[in-house]
Amino acid sequence: MAKQLAKGNEAAVKAAVAAGCRAFYGYPITPASEIADAAAVYFPAAGGVFLQAESEVAAINMVYGAAATGVRVMSASSGPGISLMQEGFSYLAGAELPCVVVDVMRGGPGLGNILPEQGDYHQVVKGGGHGNYRTLVLAPDSVQEMADFTALAFDLADEYRNPVVVLADGSIGQMMEPVQFPAPRPVRAAPPWAVTGERATRHNLITSIHLEAEDLEGHLRSLEAKYRRAEQREVRAESWRIEDAEIILVGYGIVGRILKAVVGQGRHHGLALGLLRPITLYPFPKARLRALAARAQAFVVVELSNGQMVEDVRLAVEGRRPVEFLGRMGGSLPSAEEVLAFVEEEVFSHA
Amino acid sequence: MAEVDYRIKIAGFGGQGVLLLGEVLAEAGLEAGYEVSWLPAYGPEMRSGTSNCQVRISSAPIDSPLVSRPDVLIAMNEPSLRKFLPAVAPDALVLYNGASIPEDCARAGVRIFAHPFTEIAGESPKAANMAMLGAFLEITGALEPEPVAAALRKLVKNLRWLDLDLAALQRGQEALRPVPALFPPPSFRQ
Repeated sequence: MAKQLAKGNEAAVKAAVAAGCRAFYGYPITPASEIADAAAVYFPAAGGVFLQAESEVAAINMVYGAAATGVRVMSASSGPGISLMQEGFSYLAGAELPCVVVDVMRGGPGLGNILPEQGDYHQVVKGGGHGNYRTLVLAPDSVQEMADFTALAFDLADEYRNPVVVLADGSIGQMMEPVQFPAPRPVRAAPPWAVTGERATRHNLITSIHLEAEDLEGHLRSLEAKYRRAEQREVRAESWRIEDAEIILVGYGIVGRILKAVVGQGRHHGLALGLLRPITLYPFPKARLRALAARAQAFVVVELSNGQMVEDVRLAVEGRRPVEFLGRMGGSLPSAEEVLAFVEEEVFSHA
Repeated sequence: MAEVDYRIKIAGFGGQGVLLLGEVLAEAGLEAGYEVSWLPAYGPEMRSGTSNCQVRISSAPIDSPLVSRPDVLIAMNEPSLRKFLPAVAPDALVLYNGASIPEDCARAGVRIFAHPFTEIAGESPKAANMAMLGAFLEITGALEPEPVAAALRKLVKNLRWLDLDLAALQRGQEALRPVPALFPPPSFRQ
């Protein structure tokens, strides 16, 4: 099928249906509303369920229920709604239930505004709910990746029996680009652990409660083993012109796109810039950054936040190289010219 | 397919069809085989009552969908012209919806075409966006008529509106004839 022009939000829904997801529970919020809009059209059309819940708390618990029956299920929201869902994330992770949630970040804290920001990195990547758990996090930088990563998220959620978050921002959700949608896949059968109402699954138990200390610790050690496996196998990042780069720019999502323009402009001016764009925010591409620290002179991290992912970059670089930070907040996107001026001022003038 | 890289900013009052104009360009660009991106008004400037979108049409893969230094500005009203003119490229092409260029808005090197597109649009002033699209196409030859008409047919479902838009597109093109020569050629013609 030919490429079609689509909004990021719409692309996530179409890709979810193509990936065999047939259940959506959510509550609309700007700038994620088109996801609920599109889901209300495409899920019923595919024979699935769309339900607008009374709140995000209800929506994520409906996701829990549907996931327990072994169907592919998703929800979507933005900052305030994702905050309300955090208890649910914790229960889903504790009960080892797969699901996909698309988070289209907006300005915060509180009501903030509806403009693009990346201020929810800590909440989503480090786990905003209680207890020893992680969510796998994928960060798209284009409408195509919004589609591709939503589809990938369902496979990862199944593979690791864990919630997977597609972490976008208002600009990725709202912008339109050409998309090649994947071919539809059949709805997969319920996994053997599910509770489907059939006699055969009667003895399956889905719960996050483990009252005995040994019991809970054993459960948590198995979750940890699972996360270590994800850290071994699922790290993804895009390298852009880093072979001979002296300065490595680091940014995810829409910032990665801006940084590609910065690399181009900088190289035009004779500056050896390159880009490392983390795609999985958890697991984070630590080893890639550590390897780059062996030969690059410095790192410049750009985020639409007060400096959250930069902490993970500094942990990976382990003090071997300077790590500078440029952050914009409140909904303003830095221009390529602004980032380039920062790089020239902060890095090259001190070199 | 020509080697091009258009970085277009379209701005005006909410309700003037700024977003649709951008969408038609992006859809037609895709139809014509180019790489395209469309980023809607999604910044603090929305608050001042203006709406805008950023469109890129390129024969090469598009790095950033942000247009911070437009080489084409389509300003549907004076506040938009004043707001975005300072950011345009030194040899930018500016289309302004007004009978004449405000005196203090002239900029050396920047080619400003001022025409009363709201009147040129004809039957409906709401089709001024399509008249400006017609003018842009006439000056630049960026896209052939077929993909533009195909994009309009796809995006404008109401047949009465489609007719009004196609007519305004035509009138916008005619208003710019004969097309003045752009020399030196703008940077979007690589």
